Amino acid sequence: MVPGEKRHSGDLAIAGAAPGPGAVQAGAIELLNLPDLGIGALLPELALLVNTRALAYAAIHGRVLLPTQPPFVALRFTDRTALAGELLTPGAPDRQLYVLLALFAAAAFDTAAHLHTTEAIRQRHPGLAWIGFPAPDADGLWRFPDYSYGRRLASEHPLTTPGGHPA
Amino acid sequence: MSVTERTDVLVIGSGFGGAIPAYHLAAGGAKVVILERGPHLTAPDFTHDLRLGSYTRIVDLVQGDGITVVAGNCVGGSSVVYFAASLRAPGFVFDRRGSLGHRLWPSTLTRAALDPWYDRVEEALPVAEPSWDQVPYPGGLFAAACARAGRTCNPVPVAVDLARCTNCNWMLNGCHFDAKRSMLLNYLPAAAAHGAEIRPLHEAQTIAPATTPGYRYRVAYTQLDAGDYRLPVGVGAIEAKTVVLAAGALATPVLLQRSAPLLGGVPQAVGRYFSGNGDRVSIADADEDKVRDLLGLERAPGIPYQGFPIGKPIGSMSYDRLDAATAEFTRFSLQQIYFPGITDLLAQATDTPATSWFGVRKKEMRARWPSWLSVLAMTEDDNEGVFGAPPPTGSSTRVATSLCLSTLSYRPTANTLRGWAAADAEARAVLERDGLARVRPWSENAAGSVSAHPLASCRMGDDPVTSALDERGELRGHPGLFVTDGSAVPTSLCVNPSLTIAALAERACPGIVASTAEAGVRARYGAPTPR
Repeated sequence: MVPGEKRHSGDLAIAGAAPGPGAVQAGAIELLNLPDLGIGALLPELALLVNTRALAYAAIHGRVLLPTQPPFVALRFTDRTALAGELLTPGAPDRQLYVLLALFAAAAFDTAAHLHTTEAIRQRHPGLAWIGFPAPDADGLWRFPDYSYGRRLASEHPLTTPGGHPA
Repeated sequence: MSVTERTDVLVIGSGFGGAIPAYHLAAGGAKVVILERGPHLTAPDFTHDLRLGSYTRIVDLVQGDGITVVAGNCVGGSSVVYFAASLRAPGFVFDRRGSLGHRLWPSTLTRAALDPWYDRVEEALPVAEPSWDQVPYPGGLFAAACARAGRTCNPVPVAVDLARCTNCNWMLNGCHFDAKRSMLLNYLPAAAAHGAEIRPLHEAQTIAPATTPGYRYRVAYTQLDAGDYRLPVGVGAIEAKTVVLAAGALATPVLLQRSAPLLGGVPQAVGRYFSGNGDRVSIADADEDKVRDLLGLERAPGIPYQGFPIGKPIGSMSYDRLDAATAEFTRFSLQQIYFPGITDLLAQATDTPATSWFGVRKKEMRARWPSWLSVLAMTEDDNEGVFGAPPPTGSSTRVATSLCLSTLSYRPTANTLRGWAAADAEARAVLERDGLARVRPWSENAAGSVSAHPLASCRMGDDPVTSALDERGELRGHPGLFVTDGSAVPTSLCVNPSLTIAALAERACPGIVASTAEAGVRARYGAPTPR
């Protein structure tokens, strides 16, 4: 969902399609195993499901997969992307499951959802750093004393009522 | 059921729709009990935190077929997690006909008729119209883009104590600073001061006729575990002379559907005509150089914008396309709004729909996140949502903390799609002019359309075939059973609905008090607005 660079030269699970950290580096696996979420025990089954679909994809599209690798990992990145698109298309079987997996993987990157945000900021969480999430005040709360351009930037609608409502 | 309690009035839900009647009935002398499905949290509990288990305690993501809805789940309901935009619905909304060919609102309801009730709500939760120097950067950017495109733009009235607001942008988590005017700060404490009892973590399951003489309804409920809302920890039942159903537009119709056999049937319009308020979100990926060169904006030396995470979530809004003279399904508002990072997934980075919202290009777009601007269009949808058979308990099936599966299905009609297309075109006309930004609606591949404003699943009206409630908010054929939440609102509103839900709840109160008095309770209407 959020591609990143390989963790080491032999990394097969991460295709290495983009520079910088991706969802895995941002904690997607930790998030999926979070006890609060309660789906950790299902992950092997979900992996099996994805691999079955990857095998079917390979058969339909004439891809030869190395038998030493899990089928999804054996796909090229462009094929992984295309397969993900198929799995997540409205009406596809088990789509709700895959949407949840996509949501959690992205949430690991965009929100560090497995960490308290102040802690994630302290740790230089790769996803929050990538999106440029601002830092809190010393007490762990966010405040923006400078927040406005401070001037009128448009004319208001002529039929605005007192109080600022549309007529 | 082990014990059956009795009360004069039972209110189901504690958001805008529940808190307001609870106050007026308690202040008028009735014994009031409020059942609330979610937990009771207050300002110190509302942390600035995106970890699962923080805001997810009080916000539900409810996934239907073709639509996903965000809703509050706590004492105070959506008023605790809303973004506080407090707007009166434009006058033409009350004349809407949808595709049914007749006026959908009760004939007694017009903007002029509702204005006194809006006034009353605004006494209780003061609505402030921000000055331009109180509009945060994203609202300023949107306004400047509107002006350059020849449009107008307004600061958005908000139910926020502007002097207290720190512009932290964490409204979805509940306001840690008590600057946002939620029901926790006015109607609910005022109701409690008059003896109303609030019971959090109580989920109503069925409404049936009472067995005790003089009482009209018996409501069965489940108590939920505070750590895992999927787990029941107790059951009970309460009999009441009046029931005010205000569980929200995703729960009210489901509770009535489940109760239909017990109640001898409910109107056929229950669970139909759901509206997502025509909500349609787009992300604009702004070009910082163009912001500087075209709009002349600079918020700090060398930084034209980069203000997406700063401020109150909603700052400015265009009323230009709320023209009463134009045809239905072409009218909408465009509002600058901020959503927390959990929604980043939905932004589209390419023009290939199946894969536009993830992958390499999307990651590149994330690196420009501070330069995003999101825009919410609120359009005239066609009330096309329909609920299926109710689940065994609750209003949806909770699969994880905060994640629920609903039987709601939503297939936008050509009318709705036309409205969305018009809104998309206008957003692009304003924000893509001369390459200022690149604008795309949220992907529908992930979650269908997304709404934070569920409405109209049990609506009021004059036509018994297409409206479950009469013009006083009473369920047809069921005296003393009132609905006062967003489900009663007949149509989408083209603006954020909270103030209208609250005003309609205020308007319903004299009738609810009168009905309660008819059932033998010594209750009077006329308490002053709480402050």
